[in-house]
Amino acid sequence: MIDPIFLAEAAVNGLLLGGVLALLALGLNLIFGVIDIVWIAYVDLVMICMYAVYFLVQVYGWPIWIGSLVSVALGALLGVGVHVLIISPILGSAPINQLLATGGLLFFLQSFATFLWTTDHRSVRLTLPTLEFGGMFLSFARLIAFVVALLVMLGLYLFLRHTYVGTAIRAVSQDRDAMALMGANPRTVYLVTSAVGGALAGVAAALLIIQYSVHPFFGAAFGPLTFMICVLGGLGNMVGAFVASFIMSEVISIGGVVWSTEMGYVIAFVFFVVMIFARPGGILGRRT
Amino acid sequence: MSGGRVLVAALLVALLIVPFVPMGGMQQYMLHVLIQIFIWSFIGGAWSLMGRFGLVSLGHGAFLGLGAYTTTLLWNFFGLTPWLGAVVAMALTAVLAVVVAYPCSRFSVVGHYFGLVTLAVGEVIRLLIIAERDWTGGSLGLTVRPQGGDSLVAVQFADKRVFYYAGLVLWALGLWVWHRLDRSMARAAMEAIGEDETAAASVGIHVTRFKIGITVLSAVLTAVGGIAYAQYIAYVNPDTLAGIGVSLRIVFAVVLGGMYSLLGPTVGTALTIALAEVLRVVFGVSYVGMAETIYGLLLIVFIIFLPSGIYGSVSELLRRPRAVAPATPATA
Repeated sequence: MIDPIFLAEAAVNGLLLGGVLALLALGLNLIFGVIDIVWIAYVDLVMICMYAVYFLVQVYGWPIWIGSLVSVALGALLGVGVHVLIISPILGSAPINQLLATGGLLFFLQSFATFLWTTDHRSVRLTLPTLEFGGMFLSFARLIAFVVALLVMLGLYLFLRHTYVGTAIRAVSQDRDAMALMGANPRTVYLVTSAVGGALAGVAAALLIIQYSVHPFFGAAFGPLTFMICVLGGLGNMVGAFVASFIMSEVISIGGVVWSTEMGYVIAFVFFVVMIFARPGGILGRRT
Repeated sequence: MSGGRVLVAALLVALLIVPFVPMGGMQQYMLHVLIQIFIWSFIGGAWSLMGRFGLVSLGHGAFLGLGAYTTTLLWNFFGLTPWLGAVVAMALTAVLAVVVAYPCSRFSVVGHYFGLVTLAVGEVIRLLIIAERDWTGGSLGLTVRPQGGDSLVAVQFADKRVFYYAGLVLWALGLWVWHRLDRSMARAAMEAIGEDETAAASVGIHVTRFKIGITVLSAVLTAVGGIAYAQYIAYVNPDTLAGIGVSLRIVFAVVLGGMYSLLGPTVGTALTIALAEVLRVVFGVSYVGMAETIYGLLLIVFIIFLPSGIYGSVSELLRRPRAVAPATPATA
């Protein structure tokens, strides 16, 4: 029998991981909701930003908060770049082609990172304490990541609720055609969405690099999980994605402690498949 | 039309005599590349059986891996000949396909949702292979236990020519299945389902039955391809035979070639494999990742500029001037 303390620790770690996953899922979901394309390479953009933070902080000795800001800016820039160079030429193409174009980007980023930085695992070493709380050991870095993720999500919520562009973004995800009739420029909305989505990837990168080491296949490791969270919550459904992130991270974290890391993921993925079938209308949100 | 037949016959004869063309040291390498093209074209063709009707699976690695690992494990641990192992593997794959396809069509999980559900299934199989490392060797992979010398029972041959002809037959078989399906009523039914499920159901097409049928066919053929590849390479690895990487590669090759035509998957697979080989030879081991980088870049460019695939675009190009006026040069 497993010590309840371990389970509790796993549950808290799952909660902390869920915050960062939610950030990723919201970024991907935002883009999907507005542009209607799943960026298969989304987490690979995160990977690039993680490398940026690693080099700035670990190699050039910049403070972590500057590195994080650079990561956010780089993420936004990458988001805009992906949209302008890859997405906008194929906006009218078949969905499968759109999916595959970003899949090509996945191969490109993954191999280019291998080429530039080899497959070594690199991590930023911050001297952060480990907290002890009722017999559980919790990493302070994870706690910070969780809090920052929640704050950024709150910021995103305020941005979408209380700014003109945010309102336009919400409008377009509800009705693409009507939005153009209302006089908002779809091109601007798409660009802003891609930039915001990319910036969220940058934030997530800064929060992930203090907990995990980065390597070229980081995107392949976290990507499928992120898509599944988005689908579980309902593609384009922000609240659903938020809830789904915590469900999945808890399953992975607790499953990982009870069985093994791989089995944690297996259980999460099987759970995902079953949920798609069991709750086609419910947790999936807005399906047509 | 007879011109086309002559061309096909000439191509077939050329493929049949390739192993006997003296190429010196290059021969083994040429055969190796061609065998891979045959097997992966077959797998691509199997994928396109579903893909062309809008059932875009991003998890065919699941079927590939299940097939290859079942056969290999049965041979390594129980000495069961891969011929019988393949039957078991095909049965298992068919079961998995039904398990995926039935709820998918029952709850009309289509489009993005279908793609991501299949992607999850592919990852589940990959992770299960890694998790059961006592049997499967985990992410290090597993070598097919050598029998020592040529053996039909073990399906192990030192001579690449045996695999070459086997691959050729497999490839032709795949084309035949594709052609048969293309001429059948099932194709019309599947196209109707792909267009509009409700409308198809309203004219009496059994949507669930057709979808499960096509998925099982596609999955079982994919498993056969995976078994063939495992027997040829004599090594199985969760990253090359299951999961998101290989699944996307299959889809890429097919979309690149064109998934709505008989030879599209073959053209796409041949091109991607040739490209990968050329880049590998050019860059060698000194620039690890460079070949794949260019590969990814070219894929993006191809998808942006040739949306209906290379074979599809070229055959459109050839057909159009002939139909209108033979003298005008192709402009499209």
